[in-house]
Amino acid sequence: MANQVLYYYEMANITRDDVLKLARLARIDLSDKEIDEFAGEFSKILAYVEQLQTIDVTGLEPTSQVTGLTNVMRPDEIRDYGYQPKDLLKNVPRVQDDQIKANRMVG
Amino acid sequence: MSQWLPIAELAAKVQTGELKVSELVKKSLKTIAEKADYQAIIVTLDERAAERAAAIDRDVATNKKVGRLAGVPFIAKDNFLVFGAETTAASNILKGFIAPYQATVINKLEAEGAICVAKANLDAFAHGSSTENSDFFTTKNPHDKTRVPGGSSGGSAAAVVLDMAPFALGTDTGGSIRLPASYSGCIGYKPTYGLVSRSGVVAMASSTDVIGPLTNTVEDAALVLDVMAGRDELDGTTIERETAGYTDLAADIKNVKLGVIKEFMGTGLAAGVKTQLEQAIKKLEAAGANIIEVSLPSLPLALAVYYIVVPAEVSSNLARYDGQRYGYSFPEAKNLDESYSKSRAIGFGKEAKRRIMMGTYVLSTGYYDAYYKKAQTVRTKLINEFNEVFKKVDFLVGPVAPTTAFKIGENIGDPLKMYLADVMTVGPSLVGMPAISLPCGMADNLPVGLQLMAAQHQDRELLSLAKAVEGVIS
Repeated sequence: MANQVLYYYEMANITRDDVLKLARLARIDLSDKEIDEFAGEFSKILAYVEQLQTIDVTGLEPTSQVTGLTNVMRPDEIRDYGYQPKDLLKNVPRVQDDQIKANRMVG
Repeated sequence: MSQWLPIAELAAKVQTGELKVSELVKKSLKTIAEKADYQAIIVTLDERAAERAAAIDRDVATNKKVGRLAGVPFIAKDNFLVFGAETTAASNILKGFIAPYQATVINKLEAEGAICVAKANLDAFAHGSSTENSDFFTTKNPHDKTRVPGGSSGGSAAAVVLDMAPFALGTDTGGSIRLPASYSGCIGYKPTYGLVSRSGVVAMASSTDVIGPLTNTVEDAALVLDVMAGRDELDGTTIERETAGYTDLAADIKNVKLGVIKEFMGTGLAAGVKTQLEQAIKKLEAAGANIIEVSLPSLPLALAVYYIVVPAEVSSNLARYDGQRYGYSFPEAKNLDESYSKSRAIGFGKEAKRRIMMGTYVLSTGYYDAYYKKAQTVRTKLINEFNEVFKKVDFLVGPVAPTTAFKIGENIGDPLKMYLADVMTVGPSLVGMPAISLPCGMADNLPVGLQLMAAQHQDRELLSLAKAVEGVIS
């Protein structure tokens, strides 16, 4: 565990390259100004959340939801909500022949 | 004093024909127009509201039975899908988005005769504590125009305090109903996680997002909750409602065991807030409550847990805004990848970008265990501590926030400082328990909020206590 703690603190220093990598993963183009600002801010926020590393959680499982519900099912039925295709397509940026037109995947 | 009668009375007078719904809607829209300079509202729904008002007035005239909220105007935070208006979540990326379906809670409220008259401002996608992260404009505090109303449901809280409608809807992920209720000076209720359907509400962090009312009185909040609560097959996380419902509250306080959270009453609490809280607690003791100091040692860590878990869920929920199916789309993209990256770059504001990328970071290979899994495990520790405390006391009491409303612009340059406004509200969110913010006097001419909390599923009991507390401290 000791070397892991060291590793966390090293990680808290977020560089411009780290921000660029994240922006790429999150599919957001950033300006140079944004990259600089986020690098500083993320280092600060991560330094704050580092305090969790000192907490002993031996024997505890992570919590991902708090209802205790599992496998909530409903019948798989077709329901008529009274919509026409054009109602559901009116928010779509590019429509062709009642279909959503997306950008090219390559090229 | 509010210009609005208590909601139950208002609906009763509509039923008897003593009050005309079209007049109530006009009164609401008139107040919104007169107080436009507070910038609480994004859009009004004049036409649809007028049509619905006329329909209810006709029903009353022909002696038809109308609902429990007949003719009661309300304002929805602009992350609820409502027919007849744009739903933007105060974000540029959703500008122009017309809801093709309506939120379950709006359907339920309309079925009882309530009328949505306007959509309120918020921090874009509910990311914030002040409404300054709205991509459109900042709402002003009803008590001081140079200050924030709190957030993210700041438009909803300001609208209630400015008397624009008898109630407003908000969403609370880490304090977004309770904090603005505290800063602006009204009641804000965050129910048990899962009690109210979120179908048709723009998702922020799905493991803590809840919907609740902002009102003038506890009884009003209870009535609105009573209409909204319960299972919905369109939201698989919803739970059963209390069989006794949430109205006809006993207002008990005698011999109630009230735990005062030690960690929240120490340093870091502004002097004026502390004084008001201590005076309120003394009054509650005099009214018969049994005051017990309790400790939740991990509670000060809740904010660190929150700012790992929530950005992670935000990054996942906001992945759907890709410029292809709806929302802003960069028109000159050469390929799909550029369309994603440019649409999101232009469509998202700074805080959404910040949270998406923080979330991406804590979920990415190599960091997942260290940040996300660790935070989720500390969350378990926190839940266990609350469970232990609720073996000793019936309810918990403390402040809503360490300070009163801050100045517009004061924290905007320092995201971490902004996040600290939520330090006392995120605990109940991570645990999924109900909590309420009640006005508790003023400090330096600004409202102070008192927070009451209960164990999961104790909504009826909490509202009952809150009604008693309201009578004692106000």
